[in-house]
Amino acid sequence: MGSTEKKSVPFNGTAEQEKALREVIAAHKDQQGALMPILQQAQDIYGYLPIEVQTIIAEETGIPLEKIYGVVTFYAQFSLFPKGKYKISVCLGTACYVKGSGDLYNKLKEKLSLEDGECTPDGKFSLEACRCIGACGLAPVLTINDDVYGKLTVKDLDDVLAKYAD
Amino acid sequence: MVNIKINGIEYSVEEGTTILEACRANGIRIPTLCWLKDINAIGACRICVVEMTGARSLVASCVYPLSKFDEGKNILTHSPAVLESRKMTLQLILSNHNMDCLACSRSGNCELQQLCKELGVDNSTYFEGAKNEYDIDLSAKHMYRDNNKCILCRRCIAACGITQDIGVIGANNRGFNTSVACAFEMPLAETACVSCGQCITACPTGALSEKDDTDKVWAALADPEKVVVVQTAPAVRASLGEAFGYEMGTPVEGKMVAALKRLGFNAVFDTNFGADLTIMEESHEFLDRVTNGGVLPMITSCSPGWIRYCEAYFPEFIPNLSSCKSPQQMNGAITKTYWAQKMGIDPKNIVSVSVMPCTAKKFEIGRDDQSAAGVPDVDIAITTRELVKMINKAGLRFRDLPDEKADSPLGTGTGAAVIFGATGGVMEAALRTAVWKLTGENADSPIEFNDVRGVEGIKMAEYKVGDLTVKVAVVSGLANAKKFLTQVKNGEVECHFIEIMACPGGCVNGGGQVIQPADVHNFTDIRAERAKALYSLDNANTVRKSHESADVKEVYENFLGEPGSHKAHELLHTTYKASNLSK
Repeated sequence: MGSTEKKSVPFNGTAEQEKALREVIAAHKDQQGALMPILQQAQDIYGYLPIEVQTIIAEETGIPLEKIYGVVTFYAQFSLFPKGKYKISVCLGTACYVKGSGDLYNKLKEKLSLEDGECTPDGKFSLEACRCIGACGLAPVLTINDDVYGKLTVKDLDDVLAKYAD
Repeated sequence: MVNIKINGIEYSVEEGTTILEACRANGIRIPTLCWLKDINAIGACRICVVEMTGARSLVASCVYPLSKFDEGKNILTHSPAVLESRKMTLQLILSNHNMDCLACSRSGNCELQQLCKELGVDNSTYFEGAKNEYDIDLSAKHMYRDNNKCILCRRCIAACGITQDIGVIGANNRGFNTSVACAFEMPLAETACVSCGQCITACPTGALSEKDDTDKVWAALADPEKVVVVQTAPAVRASLGEAFGYEMGTPVEGKMVAALKRLGFNAVFDTNFGADLTIMEESHEFLDRVTNGGVLPMITSCSPGWIRYCEAYFPEFIPNLSSCKSPQQMNGAITKTYWAQKMGIDPKNIVSVSVMPCTAKKFEIGRDDQSAAGVPDVDIAITTRELVKMINKAGLRFRDLPDEKADSPLGTGTGAAVIFGATGGVMEAALRTAVWKLTGENADSPIEFNDVRGVEGIKMAEYKVGDLTVKVAVVSGLANAKKFLTQVKNGEVECHFIEIMACPGGCVNGGGQVIQPADVHNFTDIRAERAKALYSLDNANTVRKSHESADVKEVYENFLGEPGSHKAHELLHTTYKASNLSK
């Protein structure tokens, strides 16, 4: 449910990445419970776990693709979408939330046409909610890569995004 | 042994027995939703909870094995706490269920509905809150999935992933967002689902159902321009009676034929005739492969679920598949060629309907190279369950119908044909004819080949015929097929002829048969019970070898020529191709 209409970012996996993935699979293949370490390392290699990557894992291990997808969508640590060039994280911790970070988050979803965890098709922005980042004094807070923006209102968002026009 | 009390009464049970089984053995049915013996003991639904001395909370009886530590404990199976808990569990399930009971495919045969009735849970709103809404997946030809009725018991996932070792459906996402679906939420039709329908017969509710094609049949029956013929697969007569209160394993062939005539079909045929033709062609093909160095082992091609499996998962065995169409398709092909000519009917005006224990037959009728007369051999395939619906809709009092006979020539069948519906049946039927041929067409050649009978998933046997030793194998259920074919591939077993059926136990346990609740599945071997009906029909038949059928002989003499003739090949054989669907 809900995830049927995700934005698709073209898959740009390289031959080196695939080689590394196949090595990881070969190293774990015959272990019991191999799927979790394979997925974790696959995500380290690619940054996310698109259908192309999961299909290679399915073919090499003989585990049905659906079972792999079920595990990937169960654990929050796995992502089906790449991170953007600019990774926006909106703090939905208690302090930020009561100060209106939920509105910021919803406005960004609307502006960028993204759902949680997704990336714009041009690969520029990805959006995710995060937990307390320890900057409650600045609440509500969001980060874009390593830049921290605090005491924001919905009206400030256009100016913030404009800084990442390139 | 462990001594326990159930509701204060003392019993002694084998160590390792679950509470649920111990209760059952002593006359108490503990209700369940998620438990399916051997494949789904996950304690997830919490319906089977009981109270137990010393336990902190209620215990899921389906996954609690009794041990020496339970000595002397008292188990309460219907205390107020137990009943209240079960009731609340049902209320919580219903809080995220669409309760669309009136015309639901499973109304009256729904395990959730039945439990609500037993525990006094009605359609009041017990819990206000979010409700999931799902689109219905209508993509596949044979079935649909309506997750608005799904209770997440995971029985379908076990049927697909464990019984069949396929796993194209599973649980996606987490918590309240969990749903049963395919990888990347792709439609079922884009996956390598083989259409076996085992998930449907495992489903306790109406979340999974065959596509209902009965409206098409009603429309054809009402059309004065059309000649509507029907054929019924061997296994249908072994299960149909269950829907009308007969004990499992009661053959109801005569009443089934009477019902079909009263529904208005212009001719009532029998897939058994197609099965006899299959044996003529397949045994010829087998002996031809043996004597002329053809590809061996040869593998049967009657089960369309198995064919789809082979094409998707073991394409390297495609050359091993018999080129014979399935009995359904052979019957349809002969109907629209031989019978159409004989009766002077344009095949385009014939609507050929089949009643099958199988959901994959709905897929098979649309396959390539299945149109002997230039029009599809079979136009509409309905399941045993859909026939039940038609009989009920027409108000036919099934039990009051007389026993009638199907029409000749395409409505007759030998004992060899009727056992096609049980695992090992095709092999035995083929052996009856092949051994007869190999022993110089000796009329006293053996009839019964008991080694290939029975519900075991993999059976092997060896027969010495003249100087030839024929090694055969019979496999049912796709997990077994995977295991066995892997052995064949690795050269670990050697055989000449393999029968493979997609469903465990063969067609009697097909995905289109009358659905029995888990409570019956868990304590009765449905495969064996239904098979008894077919072997009793075989025994009662005066003609038990396909080549002895007078009608089959006539079709060969007047129309097809010899088995394996050019014409037979044109009409009764087909082709396969590897498929690349998502696995």
